[in-house]
Amino acid sequence: MVLEQETVNREYKYGFRDDIEYVYRTAKGLSEDVVREISGLKDEPEWMLKMRLRGYSHFLERVMPDWGGDLDDIDFDDIRYYLKPSEKEGRSWDEVPDKIRETFDRLGIPEAERKFLAGVGAQYDSEVVYHKTLKHLEEQGVVFMGTDAALKEYPEIFKEYFATLVPPEDNKFAALNTAVWSGGSFVYVPKGVKVEQPLQAYFRINSENMGQFERTLIIGDEDCQFHYIEGCTAPTYTTNSLHAAVVEVIAKPGAIVRYTTLQNWSDNVYNLVTKRAYAYENSTVEWVDANIGSRLTMKYPSVYLVGKGAKTEILSVAYAGKGMHQDAGAKAIHLASDTQSRITSKSVSQNGGRVTYRGHLAVAKGARNVKSNVRCDALMLDAVSRSDTYPYMDIEEEDASITHEATVGKISEDVLYYLMSRGLTENEAMNMVVLGFLEIFTKELPMEYAVEFNRLIKMEIEGNVG
Amino acid sequence: MPIQLDILDLHAGIEEKKILRGISLSVRQGEIHALMGPNGSGKSTLAYVLLGHPGYRVFDGQVLLDGEDLLAMDTDERARRGLFLGFQYPTDLPGVKMRRFLRESYRSIRPEEPDGEAFDARVQEELGNLDIDDTFLGRYVNQGFSGGEKKRAEVLQMALFRPPLAVMDETDSGLDIDSLQVVSDAMNRLAQEGTGILLITHYQRILRYIVPQEVHVLIDGRIARSGGKGLAAKLEKRGYDWLREEA
Repeated sequence: MVLEQETVNREYKYGFRDDIEYVYRTAKGLSEDVVREISGLKDEPEWMLKMRLRGYSHFLERVMPDWGGDLDDIDFDDIRYYLKPSEKEGRSWDEVPDKIRETFDRLGIPEAERKFLAGVGAQYDSEVVYHKTLKHLEEQGVVFMGTDAALKEYPEIFKEYFATLVPPEDNKFAALNTAVWSGGSFVYVPKGVKVEQPLQAYFRINSENMGQFERTLIIGDEDCQFHYIEGCTAPTYTTNSLHAAVVEVIAKPGAIVRYTTLQNWSDNVYNLVTKRAYAYENSTVEWVDANIGSRLTMKYPSVYLVGKGAKTEILSVAYAGKGMHQDAGAKAIHLASDTQSRITSKSVSQNGGRVTYRGHLAVAKGARNVKSNVRCDALMLDAVSRSDTYPYMDIEEEDASITHEATVGKISEDVLYYLMSRGLTENEAMNMVVLGFLEIFTKELPMEYAVEFNRLIKMEIEGNVG
Repeated sequence: MPIQLDILDLHAGIEEKKILRGISLSVRQGEIHALMGPNGSGKSTLAYVLLGHPGYRVFDGQVLLDGEDLLAMDTDERARRGLFLGFQYPTDLPGVKMRRFLRESYRSIRPEEPDGEAFDARVQEELGNLDIDDTFLGRYVNQGFSGGEKKRAEVLQMALFRPPLAVMDETDSGLDIDSLQVVSDAMNRLAQEGTGILLITHYQRILRYIVPQEVHVLIDGRIARSGGKGLAAKLEKRGYDWLREEA
């Protein structure tokens, strides 16, 4: 991936990099040997190696998807698939190597942990370097740890669910992830347990030409309730990195699970992620998904409403500035009766940035009394930016109640005039309108995150004003 | 020295179309001037031009704020220099709560003033004066507001910013009697405290509550007549047609 990218004047405060000695790294490029090497290093059971090889084999067979963003510059031979930064998963920050700890300090993770989080996981390149959950939650049986550790500690539950929602053959990048996965979060919340504060995972890419392939498995047992948040950043390089994660979420009957993503990769990262949830009877799955970084994101959090009375709410927010393409959206697949979905997409494009909403709404034969509401609003801040909407629908039951609304707009002269007549500069006025447009998202965030998100958006807009 | 707004032979309009054809008037701090006139006479055009709406064009003439060339300034600078516009039709700002809008506007217009608790207290006081409910601050700016709420929101901003000069564009239209009383009280108080107000109105009704120093009648883009309170009374009896005939 030696493509020289145009220098982008994006003000990105997370673009710093660390010069660290890796404990282990595979050679560049992908082969069956690399897959076996990774599995061997992790001392995995045979079934997992077989699963990886199944993924690898499908990855080779599967053609590159051509329906979304431009993937031509990904050179799979120039990527390093596994980089191990530290010997073990620390249980206190003291156990994390100094340079890596300093990075997470700069990202504000330990501070947030002290203030308001129920648990924290931190992944640096390929491995989880830190993991900690509040004691009283551990005592209630809440499990929050790195996925590799979970494979060893909870092999049965792991095998029961792993790759059941997203099989290796699902798509090319899910196949790749299955072949070389490393790290990610494993969450299990027992029956009836309510976790009040969020569980936070942070994913950091540090190395150049790196592929990060975390694998996250989340199981919410009956009637439990929790909120999982993930954030991600990377250094700015002139060459590209690849992030191809797979996330599987199981919400058992009556569970209420919220999954929030604040994706803020540097603009040399290809972010190609498969996220899927199964919502059983009377459960609720909420995806709150924000993409404000990366060169190209292709991500469509999906919920399969498999149990009667299940509900989902998916909120997708995207910002694309110069050199960025956010191809994002959502899928709601209604397989049972009395299920409800609401999909809201808000996108902002500026300075040549491109946003695409891609959605899929399906109501299967036999799923009666389904309600779904889809709303897509796109805001273009100038004439050189682009916005497209592709809402696909397959409705096989006549009694489904479906609404779909879409708007595309720009900030009107009158709105800017009104705000400027209150002393705001044109930039400040534009910021205020954009933050208002995205408020439906920020109001869903814990306050600390909302403040940070607003600050990031302001920085993006100012950095992209023509 | 009181600040004053001087409009000198102003010609302005939209694209090639002239709407204002030579307007001159001056408003000093603490004075209230009523600008009246039939529909289409150019009243709102004047309001928009004074704050520099990009859809309007100035052909000729000058506007001075405190002796400085107002027309050379951007809209936000005009506001920061002390000229306020109360909109006839303020725009909705979806997702922007009143609380934040007021605070950020206040910071821009009054950067030297404290904007923390002291400001919150001021807001509460003015909400009380204008008989506006507390929940108002949690609502999105102008979204779903009734006509009367929008006008009160504009007057609230004027009261908070205490601008040296304010142009209030048909602040009275669409108000019931109670609202008209409340809004008029606020404007009278602001004028006493030193704000000069150019009150644009279609109806003389508001002049029962607010007594202007001068009344100007705008017809076809020109000031057809200026006078005292008596002029307003005459307009109430006879309408605008006699002035059009004289002009």
